[in-house]
Amino acid sequence: MIKGRVHKYGANIDTDGIIPARYANLSDPYELGKHCMENIDVNFSKRVKLGDIIMATTNFGCGSSREIAPISIKGAGISCVIAKSFARIFFRNAINIGLPLIESKDAVDNTDNGNELEIDLSSGKIKNLTKDKIFTAIPYPDFVRELISAGGLIEYTRKRLKIGGK
Amino acid sequence: MTIAEKILAAHASKSKVKPGEFINVKVDLVMAHDLTAGIAVDQFNKIGINKVFDPKKVVFVMDHFVPNKDVVEAEQVKSLREFAKKHHLLFFEAGDAGIEHVILPEKGLVLPGDLVVGADSHTCTYGALGAFSTGMGSTDIAVAMATGEIWMKVPPTIKFVYHGNLKRWVGGKDLILYTIGQIGVDGALYSTMEFTGEVIDKLSMDSRFTMANMAIEAGAKAGIFKVDQKTLEYVKKRAKRPYKIYETDETEEYSQIMEYDVSNIEPQIAFPHSPENTKPVSQVGDIKIDQVVIGSCTNGRLDDLRDAAMILDKKKIHKEVRCIVIPGSQEVYLNALKEGLIERFIKAGAIVSTPTCGPCVGGHMGVLASDEKCISTTNRNFIGRMGSPKAEIYLANPAVAAASAITGKITDPEEV
Repeated sequence: MIKGRVHKYGANIDTDGIIPARYANLSDPYELGKHCMENIDVNFSKRVKLGDIIMATTNFGCGSSREIAPISIKGAGISCVIAKSFARIFFRNAINIGLPLIESKDAVDNTDNGNELEIDLSSGKIKNLTKDKIFTAIPYPDFVRELISAGGLIEYTRKRLKIGGK
Repeated sequence: MTIAEKILAAHASKSKVKPGEFINVKVDLVMAHDLTAGIAVDQFNKIGINKVFDPKKVVFVMDHFVPNKDVVEAEQVKSLREFAKKHHLLFFEAGDAGIEHVILPEKGLVLPGDLVVGADSHTCTYGALGAFSTGMGSTDIAVAMATGEIWMKVPPTIKFVYHGNLKRWVGGKDLILYTIGQIGVDGALYSTMEFTGEVIDKLSMDSRFTMANMAIEAGAKAGIFKVDQKTLEYVKKRAKRPYKIYETDETEEYSQIMEYDVSNIEPQIAFPHSPENTKPVSQVGDIKIDQVVIGSCTNGRLDDLRDAAMILDKKKIHKEVRCIVIPGSQEVYLNALKEGLIERFIKAGAIVSTPTCGPCVGGHMGVLASDEKCISTTNRNFIGRMGSPKAEIYLANPAVAAASAITGKITDPEEV
């Protein structure tokens, strides 16, 4: 169960906005997290509390293939991203590194910046505690669910190749 | 099926695929660069396989922050060089390198009918060759490096048809900016953009690379062109292995068909901070600029430098403007030198850099300060893309960039 406050943004939040390329040769999630969103929202990383939620309208994560975009979001302490739609490379990257993404037009249209949400990832139920409203996420395709339940793409691949134990 | 669907079906060992279907495909080439290969190597090591699926099909190109801009980068490149050596990968840096999306086609590493994945969003560039190529993140690339396979969702294909005759100084960059201006930065989300029409038939390979390169800027998974005489001329002298040509079936249904008469379009300028904020050059108004960048995986090829040199010939760059020209590869650089283009740039007062992505990602070789304005032939004008988040980036073709370097403000090439 996820519980946190919403940081709400608009359409086409790009990967240079999420994490500038000048940090692209860093790899520590916590360090990257300190610079998350700094191009478009200077105080973001200071404002975020562990478990908070990013919300945006359409095409979240457009632009570069940089995997440090979802890594920096996770590193900043964000528990999940809710949007009306996601850019495709960002979508794959987030699933691969274990940052939950939720697609729900209703939730986005009916939630304001600062609202508190409670989310059950397994059922896809999104509860806006501030407004006492419930929304439902668009379910993932079966294959993507299989990837997530395997523990991400690396674990899924290990299973496929029958590579045992860590 | 469309060209894209046929390539995907062939690589999934299926006779037919449909948009929306999840498939597992075999890849012909896997690419990563200095900023994305590090995480790919870490993830590769976690899989628990001790070798890549085929060392001749895995390529690392050091191009973004090179020649190494700082110690962090130097250490990164060093460890990638060691990994590449250990696994006998194709590894390009320094003298035999350049920008990945310029050099892989040049070296004949991507050919028609190929399926290519790269840890760089502009991997879609190779669609100009009639290949299906797309960008992914480092973890996907790690799995492709290990297994030679990756999962994909078959994208629907949108057909773009361009009619008419292009005006002078209007080329591939203007067609793709115009298109993105029409459909928006998510106008082709998850789709393949197939570029067709009599205008495309006449378009040079360099202009086709520019268009395919920016398909991602409309949210597309791939951009693709059918193979014709121009493609074959480009490919024949470079290919060292057989390749396959696919064509869209005449009966094929596209998810959408967009038709444009482009006879009257002018050079297009994308205003800050999105490639969809396009205006024809005549409607730009008075915009003073501090810096001009001519280069990148979008516009760093020979035709691009020829256009810029033609405008700059026997002219002087405005005294308050820094004009940076970056050939996309050593081959482009050498040809530009032989044709006298480099001399023209230097005599005009431009600086010429070794091939690098450099300023396009705000890495080095021309990072912007606050309140500066730059006109650039690159592909993204997002906030902070080229340095300070308080800088402004205008995207344009190389002729417009060169004309603007002379006058110090955004200028139609017809006016210089």
